[in-house]
Amino acid sequence: MKNWKKLISLILVLVLAFSLVACGGSDEPETADEPAAEEPAEEPAADEADEEEADTDEEAEEEPAAEGDFAGKTLRVYGLDGGYGTKGWLDVIAAFEEATGATVEAKFEKNIYDVARPEIQAGSPPDVLYNSLGQEGALTETMIKEDMLLDLTDVFESEVFGEDIILKDKLIAGAVDTSLTNPYGDGKTYLAPLFYSPTGLWYNKALFTEGGGDYELPTTMDEFIALGEQAAEDDIALFTYPTTGYFDTFSFALMHEVGGTELFDKLMNFDPDAWANEATPIFETIGSILEYVEPNTVSQANNELFTNNQLAVMQNKALFMPNGTWIIGEMADAKAADGFEWGFMALPAMEDGGDRYAFSWLEQAFIPADAAEPELAKAFISYLYSDEAVELFVNNTIVNEEGEEVPSPAVQPVLGVEEFITDEDNKLFYSIYNDGVKAAMGGFAAAPAVEGVDFQAELFDSINSVASGEETVEEWQASVVDAATKISEAME
Amino acid sequence: MKKNKSRTRFIISGLLPAILFYTIFMVYPTISVFVESLYKTGGLSGKKTFVGLNNFRLLLEDETFIRAFQNTIFLIVIVTIVTMFMAIFLAAVLTRENLKGQNFARTILYIPNILSIAVVASIFAAIFGMDTGLINGLGRLFNPETWQNIPFLGDRKLVVYSIAFAMIWQAVGYYMVMYMSTMSQIPEQLYEAASLDGASKIRQFFDITLPLSWETVRTTLTFYVISNINIAFQIVKALTGGGPDGASMTLLNYQYEQAYTNSSFGYGLAIGVVVFLFSFILTAIIHRGTKRDIVQF
Repeated sequence: MKNWKKLISLILVLVLAFSLVACGGSDEPETADEPAAEEPAEEPAADEADEEEADTDEEAEEEPAAEGDFAGKTLRVYGLDGGYGTKGWLDVIAAFEEATGATVEAKFEKNIYDVARPEIQAGSPPDVLYNSLGQEGALTETMIKEDMLLDLTDVFESEVFGEDIILKDKLIAGAVDTSLTNPYGDGKTYLAPLFYSPTGLWYNKALFTEGGGDYELPTTMDEFIALGEQAAEDDIALFTYPTTGYFDTFSFALMHEVGGTELFDKLMNFDPDAWANEATPIFETIGSILEYVEPNTVSQANNELFTNNQLAVMQNKALFMPNGTWIIGEMADAKAADGFEWGFMALPAMEDGGDRYAFSWLEQAFIPADAAEPELAKAFISYLYSDEAVELFVNNTIVNEEGEEVPSPAVQPVLGVEEFITDEDNKLFYSIYNDGVKAAMGGFAAAPAVEGVDFQAELFDSINSVASGEETVEEWQASVVDAATKISEAME
Repeated sequence: MKKNKSRTRFIISGLLPAILFYTIFMVYPTISVFVESLYKTGGLSGKKTFVGLNNFRLLLEDETFIRAFQNTIFLIVIVTIVTMFMAIFLAAVLTRENLKGQNFARTILYIPNILSIAVVASIFAAIFGMDTGLINGLGRLFNPETWQNIPFLGDRKLVVYSIAFAMIWQAVGYYMVMYMSTMSQIPEQLYEAASLDGASKIRQFFDITLPLSWETVRTTLTFYVISNINIAFQIVKALTGGGPDGASMTLLNYQYEQAYTNSSFGYGLAIGVVVFLFSFILTAIIHRGTKRDIVQF
């Protein structure tokens, strides 16, 4: 009897120990929702502890890497499992491994910015990080502000991996000229531009003359507002937006329409004068559009319910919404109205004969300054623009909610990339610039952090208040000018 | 003597790992929060500049911080009071009365507490939705012509109440179970004696059940304050993201936004210091204020 008991106790202990070991490798962040002990749970504090606790593992491999000789080396690539999924990346990584003989340890997570942060803080960052500006947690922005990125200018001035053409010459115009890739304004490139996707206004073709409907596609803002009046008679709202964050591409295109790249650059550099004066038409235009906004929009403009706003366009409750090309895949399973067909157009011009712009979204990848394998990482970045990689990325697919694989091309900003696209929808979108529509690209300049001032929140989140009538356009502009003043003072 | 020494050594060696872990993972981070809040730093690279109490001075002038503070206090007060009353009432009913389906009710009421907050947020997004929401949908069912969607998550004033409702729903079960365990220990004779003396059920509740469970209620008041601050952060993050335009921002949400999105780590930690001191002082006041003579049976 006693021996039995001992045996069972031993087995139970082993099971306990084994389960603790098995649980050790989980990547999921634990959400603790029990009331904690005396101290409130401080997330930044926990990170501090990790920073002190973890030994800084510097895998300093001293062997000098000869150009092109990467066999046997390991590259750590971390990336966001975002709208494009991971299939394209994994294919490209496999091809890279074959081409170089190196091994790639890849980690793609939906919250890679949370996963990578503690490792970066501990001094052992990945070699390549695919996490764009504008993501939650602002990891990339913070790393830019803290000078933690490796200079990639030489990658763009050299030949593409395995090809003869200089990388800079292969890219579309303006791809490495903006603050998205050159954040310090010194002509040096720190972020590699990836996956450009045009954004613009999406609508139901069936409601417009091109699809057999009654409405005419507006080409100027006046026509746009007039259409709002017309649609209101049919109980259809002119406009909706998924969340206020989606206004970034809309306003960037609008900035170009109002004052060209000159005004855009001034605004992106937080020039308070430009925000107070030359930018006024931008605020007024958005203000007048918001008078025709779909009534449910503000209540649904959050993480949980934003797809309902997108659905409004598909169900003829609203005519237009700003969005990007991922919308087709995202809403593939949604129940649309009969005869619904996606239409896509650039912003209407400010006035007759003016320029129409469509803003192009660019994602970014970069190499942390203290990466373990900088040369291999640079080769990898260069490889992403090679013909094989471009084709693999264009053939990217994602798995939709029904488990079906649907095409979701990730289009590299290289010249002539439309040749690779076979999916009809996407061929259409990437030829948006063929109709005389101009491309707008870029983003906010890197600015020092100013406590209590979140410029993008002032500029975009306020739109919810303007839409529900809580804030006037003048108040909104004043608060933005205020924020711009504080930031530009800090920039000096 | 020898036995005492070896026993002391044994006790110390048993306590040492726990004390070590506690110091490293609880005491040290708390101290470093206080220290780091005196710096201006981005939080990733370890580069920092000493700015003294400047972060706190900026906080006083920060409108969003004031609004976040107001929201947090509002949530703490409303959620605590409503949850406490509901939990005590439900616990009393489920312990004293012999209703049919008592166990079932207990389970149902406790389930919201074990759900992850992301699930709670999804549930309430479905309840508070507009055309397709539960409440608005029911309204439209009974009033198809004239129903105007109530913007639970869109109206600046309404959104905090919606968050409070979600928090109450999530918390009631936990405290109810705690109170039930205390109340079920009260011996039946007291109630029998009281009813023999002609005391009504309500009288019994106020004179027997409540005073004898008061110590437990006092302890849970501390839990309320801390967990409300905590859970509010999670629910706001998942459900509204602080919107619309900062209307549902709470202290911890603002801290997260400043420390990470705005790369002002030191500033965020200053907010953390305020939260710490606030909850500490509040708990102390509540603890003092609810002190009564301990009643025992």
